[in-house]
Amino acid sequence: MEKRSLQISMARARHKIVVISERCKECGICITVCPVKILDKSSLRNSRGFRYPVASDENRCIGCRLCEYSCPDLAIYIL
Amino acid sequence: MAVAVEHPLDKYVRTEKLPTLWCPGCTIGIVMTSLLRAIDQRIREGLLRRDQITFVGGIGCSARIAMYVRFDSVRTAHGRTIPLATAIKILRPEHKVIVVGGDGDICAIGGNHLLHALRRNMDLMIIIVNNMIYGMTGGQVSPTTPLKLYTTTTPYGNPEKPLNIIRLACSLGANFVARGSATHPHILQQIFYKALGKRGLALIEVLSSCPEIFGRHIGITDPVKSFMTLRDKIKVKNNPSLDESEYDWEKGFVIGVYLDKDDPGYIDNLSLLYKSLRGF
Amino acid sequence: MRIDYISGNRAIAEAAIASGLKFFAGYPITPSSDIFEYLAEELPRRGGYVIQFEDELASIYAVIGASWTCSKAMTATSGPGFSLMVEGISIAVMTETPLVIAYIMRAGPATGVPTKTGQYDVFQAEYGFHGGLPIPVFAPSNPQEAYDLTIKAFNTSEILRTPVVLLSDASIANMFGKVLIREAGEIEIIDRRSIEILRKKGCEWSLDDVYEMKCVGDGYDIYVETLTHDEKNIYRPTTDVQRRLMWRLYRKIINNREVLFEYSFHNYGNKRCRNMIITYGSTFSSVSEAVRELNKNEEDFCVFKLKTLYPINEKIFYEKTRDVDKIFVVENNVGLYVKEIRSILRDKDVISISVIDLEYPDPDEIVERVREWL
Repeated sequence: MEKRSLQISMARARHKIVVISERCKECGICITVCPVKILDKSSLRNSRGFRYPVASDENRCIGCRLCEYSCPDLAIYIL
Repeated sequence: MAVAVEHPLDKYVRTEKLPTLWCPGCTIGIVMTSLLRAIDQRIREGLLRRDQITFVGGIGCSARIAMYVRFDSVRTAHGRTIPLATAIKILRPEHKVIVVGGDGDICAIGGNHLLHALRRNMDLMIIIVNNMIYGMTGGQVSPTTPLKLYTTTTPYGNPEKPLNIIRLACSLGANFVARGSATHPHILQQIFYKALGKRGLALIEVLSSCPEIFGRHIGITDPVKSFMTLRDKIKVKNNPSLDESEYDWEKGFVIGVYLDKDDPGYIDNLSLLYKSLRGF
Repeated sequence: MRIDYISGNRAIAEAAIASGLKFFAGYPITPSSDIFEYLAEELPRRGGYVIQFEDELASIYAVIGASWTCSKAMTATSGPGFSLMVEGISIAVMTETPLVIAYIMRAGPATGVPTKTGQYDVFQAEYGFHGGLPIPVFAPSNPQEAYDLTIKAFNTSEILRTPVVLLSDASIANMFGKVLIREAGEIEIIDRRSIEILRKKGCEWSLDDVYEMKCVGDGYDIYVETLTHDEKNIYRPTTDVQRRLMWRLYRKIINNREVLFEYSFHNYGNKRCRNMIITYGSTFSSVSEAVRELNKNEEDFCVFKLKTLYPINEKIFYEKTRDVDKIFVVENNVGLYVKEIRSILRDKDVISISVIDLEYPDPDEIVERVREWL
């Protein structure tokens, strides 16, 4: 029982990165400030043609919220 | 546009007006979110009421903050924010009146009003988002443009020495004078948090990068590079002295709280004088 | 109700207090300063605020700011000061901010003769600001009218959400006269918060183009927009929205012309009015003196005194001038307002009699100049 719950928490990322893609303007500041460098430009574009960020490995997110704080467009936040 | 997900700050933003008008990589948005976080912190702590916050903005990129926040907000002509805010504060003394504007808006065309607000120690929070250029009109020289820099109205280089807002504010008797930078949002939030609790005038100069216009003049138009260039120029100090406030693009900028005192503000003085007159 | 012997400026100040003035911002300028000084003493005792700002720009914006807290606000100035204020008045027109500006004209241009009178600024008061949307202008000709029209100016600004100019001049400012002062309660004082009640009840005003005003402190999301905005207050840079906005702001005033237009008609016992003198402001005193002289020769002169310079009710003009042969417009300037009258009375003989005088125009000179045309 104990072992199973541990597995679940390991499998689920501690922090969830939420990107409101429609607000993104592809400035790249979040990608640069991320200390663990897990953000990257998506291959997809939003309706205005901007390539919004996606997390390559959400599990590595340390939840520092630097991306959230440095985003000028309220387009990214950590849950 | 229907956005299913909700940003934690969406409750303070007129989301129907998003996306903002600001260029990609413009850091005015960071100033706005830092301010909203500081306000949110104060509201959650019960130190501020949401319906007692008023934003006053003029004309310019940074003045648009007043357009996007979901508080009482009044926009007015270029440079005339401070007198308008003064009147609102006098008649609604319980309100926290926040003036947002750019370096051109508040220091150039509104310079006289700034001078007298500082002299009065008027109970306002004045946020000057300094991107060192006139952004909205296309890159003309501003009072804070570095010396010798090319702008569209100084094509042979800017012959004027830039204005050190910190020194001006400290010399005229504001209660709280600080410099922040949009590249350091956590520190900025702390400064805003402190300023929101002050009586008298709180003036915060926020350095901000402008990749599109200022960047074009200095040759760095990439948003990230522009952001990093400014970040590299910033030195953080705990209690910097006034001499360290030197404003020089080459030597970099020291951010921190330059002045923090608790003199009676204009509203205190006024209500004291009127107290005996009205009996309340 | 009481009768007082006061100056024109004092009458304006008294009427402002009676109207519920809460905030006055100003910058000293002759000949308007005594309004400022009187209010500075009187208003704080009644719970109001009087603040001297660093210039007229700051003053007008402070008045706009005060008005957005739903407090009645005004300023007083003269020609050079008004020139600085025009920027703010345009903002007030766009944001539909109620405010009153007491404009005490002095001899100009430039600094002119600050202590002396003139009617040089009628067009500046009406059209001086960018945007091409004129605002109501009231012109008293004696202290009693200054009192009554100030109250009307406040009511108009509140009900139509517009800046209003009270156009007085240096002569009226310092003219003493008996004034019947009615206290609040004896006169109708309209507050912008009662517009909705008026709308439901029905009134003489046309309120279709006036929106309800929400102020700072009423809730948390008022937004005052200076850019072209639609009905929901959102910036829309389209021809369609611009048209709708411009016409609404224009109609708001012009559709109330019947309520706003005030005048007085003096026929001096003549059965017929063959010759009519149109005048306004302090020049009326000289004109009424001149007409006494002119009527001695049975010329049948009458006087049509305008108390409202904008908006004009053309119907009354047509009515009054139906049987008139000649119309003389007497003004203390180079002949400005006569152009407005000519644009209304296109089929009449409208003669400009401009008598520039630093005091009241000399009645003898008016008589002489009018007789040249008889």
